[in-house]
Amino acid sequence: MKPFDYQRADDADSAIATVSGDPEARYIGGGTNLVDHMKLGITEPGKLVDITRLPYDSVEALPGGGVRIGATVRNSDLAASHVIRQRYPVLAQALLAGASGQLRNLATTGGNLLQRTRCSYFQDTSTPCNKREPGTGCSALEGWNRYHAVLGASEHCVATNPSDMAVALAALDATVLVRGQEGQRRIPVTELHRLPGDEPERETVLEHGELITAVELPAPSESSRSTYRKVRDRASYAFALVSVAAVVEVSEGAISHARIALGGLAHKPWRATAAEEALRGAPATEETFRNAAEAELAEARALRDNAFKIPMTRNTLSAVLRELTRQEGA
Amino acid sequence: MDAEITLRVDGQRRTLSVDTRTTLLDALRERMGVTSPKKGCDHGQCGACTVLLDGRRATSCLTFAVANDDSEVVTAEGLAEDERPHPVQQAFLDNDGFQCGYCTPGQICSAVGMLDEVKAGWPSHVTEDLDEPPELDDEEIRERMSGNLCRCGAYANIVSAIREAAE
Ligand SMILES: Cc1cc2nc3c(=O)[nH]c(=O)nc-3n(C[C@H](O)[C@H](O)[C@H](O)COP(=O)(O)OP(=O)(O)OC[C@H]3O[C@@H](n4cnc5c(N)ncnc54)[C@H](O)[C@@H]3O)c2cc1C
Ligand code: SF4
Ligand code: FES
Ligand code: FES
Repeated sequence: MKPFDYQRADDADSAIATVSGDPEARYIGGGTNLVDHMKLGITEPGKLVDITRLPYDSVEALPGGGVRIGATVRNSDLAASHVIRQRYPVLAQALLAGASGQLRNLATTGGNLLQRTRCSYFQDTSTPCNKREPGTGCSALEGWNRYHAVLGASEHCVATNPSDMAVALAALDATVLVRGQEGQRRIPVTELHRLPGDEPERETVLEHGELITAVELPAPSESSRSTYRKVRDRASYAFALVSVAAVVEVSEGAISHARIALGGLAHKPWRATAAEEALRGAPATEETFRNAAEAELAEARALRDNAFKIPMTRNTLSAVLRELTRQEGA
Repeated sequence: MDAEITLRVDGQRRTLSVDTRTTLLDALRERMGVTSPKKGCDHGQCGACTVLLDGRRATSCLTFAVANDDSEVVTAEGLAEDERPHPVQQAFLDNDGFQCGYCTPGQICSAVGMLDEVKAGWPSHVTEDLDEPPELDDEEIRERMSGNLCRCGAYANIVSAIREAAE
């Protein structure tokens, strides 16, 4: 590992100035992704600015009924927070489906959002990878690609975003609050991550030195139901093959509102707008669920090892919709 | 680059100078001679390095020592009181909750931290009702302990030990 300088940030402005002014500097939260990458030689920062003591460690109710989650709130504390468990169960479930107890105690909201792909070639510096070393090629395209993308990929990169939390946030219409040297901006979480295109090394729209300070959730509708379902190779402590986060409202047997996001399928949490469109106003039937899934998957393209993800997504989405609409009637 | 840090490790105050690249796990094992936390994978994937960090279970291989200046670390070695094993340690002995023992200090620290999480009412992935106090059945124990792998497959007895310690 390359030697680096370590600083504990006392205030956000100087942290932002330090990282913005030094291309080799990085923020560090819980470290569960960054330390791993430094050991693997994927990232070689010259300076780490530790942001975990900044005053962003609380979950606060907002006047309009929403919630603001500080960027350094640990994943375990967020999942245990009463307001999240009661009003945003999809988020608590997604967090609890990720990593392990001892990792969630370290992992932060900001770090979780910016965790990088688990593509095994990306993590192995002896293999070509456009994301790690632009222009070297994509080893996964013709290689082992069971965990890779079926939606929104490019010939330059077929990696998936591994975060469970981000999928729930996408279905909740969350907003990411970011501070940089130019001031503050608000980014819908669905616009935070990018598709790979011909620049897979750029994973988000953030500029170097921009600091995530919080995530805001709008007030939930009282009559909506939400859930997170994750399909994986073992029952626990494994990344998603496919996951579905959904927030659904039913009135008089018809789906009045649905917000759906899919995980494990793309370079970003995939907001399933075509499926939502197909569900709006439709009766809560098996045929509707299947049509919604088909609409979303019309553009799906399988690689050598991941064709199973297409029917798996169809089945998982239908199961989630069945559960949420049945609960409503019960 | 070196930095001076102070940690309380198993009740003892320790001040030392560490290279910033040193993980908490390596600082404990290589610099302070505290070898009960084990290095399995060194990538957060096995739980052998689990310690209690300011009272909460954490993987010590994925955090730099320098980031934990002023923290309290308790390892499996520091759990015993007055030469008497901690109840979770005693339950592992009584239930044969290990074979080779390599994963055991991590399992024990993880179990101690996990039981506190249950006391605090934290739900898990398998908790039916997120809002009710969780009931620690075997399914809950397995899910909550999934971050600790055991190469010897002593899982059945580990679950029994934790069930007993929880009572
Ligand atoms: C074995 C293992 C299994 C896992 N399984 C899962 C899983 O099933 N599901 C899942 O979702 N995740 C899983 N994870 C990933 C885990 O959730 C992430 O590592 C964690 O959420 C990252 O948070 P952190 O605070 O530790 O980030 P760090 O490692 O500290 O940071 C990650 C990145 O974010 C940047 N950063 C951090 N905070 C900010 C901020 N506020 N503003 C700007 N930049 C910032 C850092 O510079 C770095 O680039 C797993 C990890 C491991 C090791
Ligand atoms: S899929 Fe992306 S991350 Fe994986 S090898 Fe190809 S370019 Fe690299
Ligand atoms: S050594 Fe830390 S999790 Fe394996
Ligand atoms: S007892 Fe040998 S690894 Fe668990």
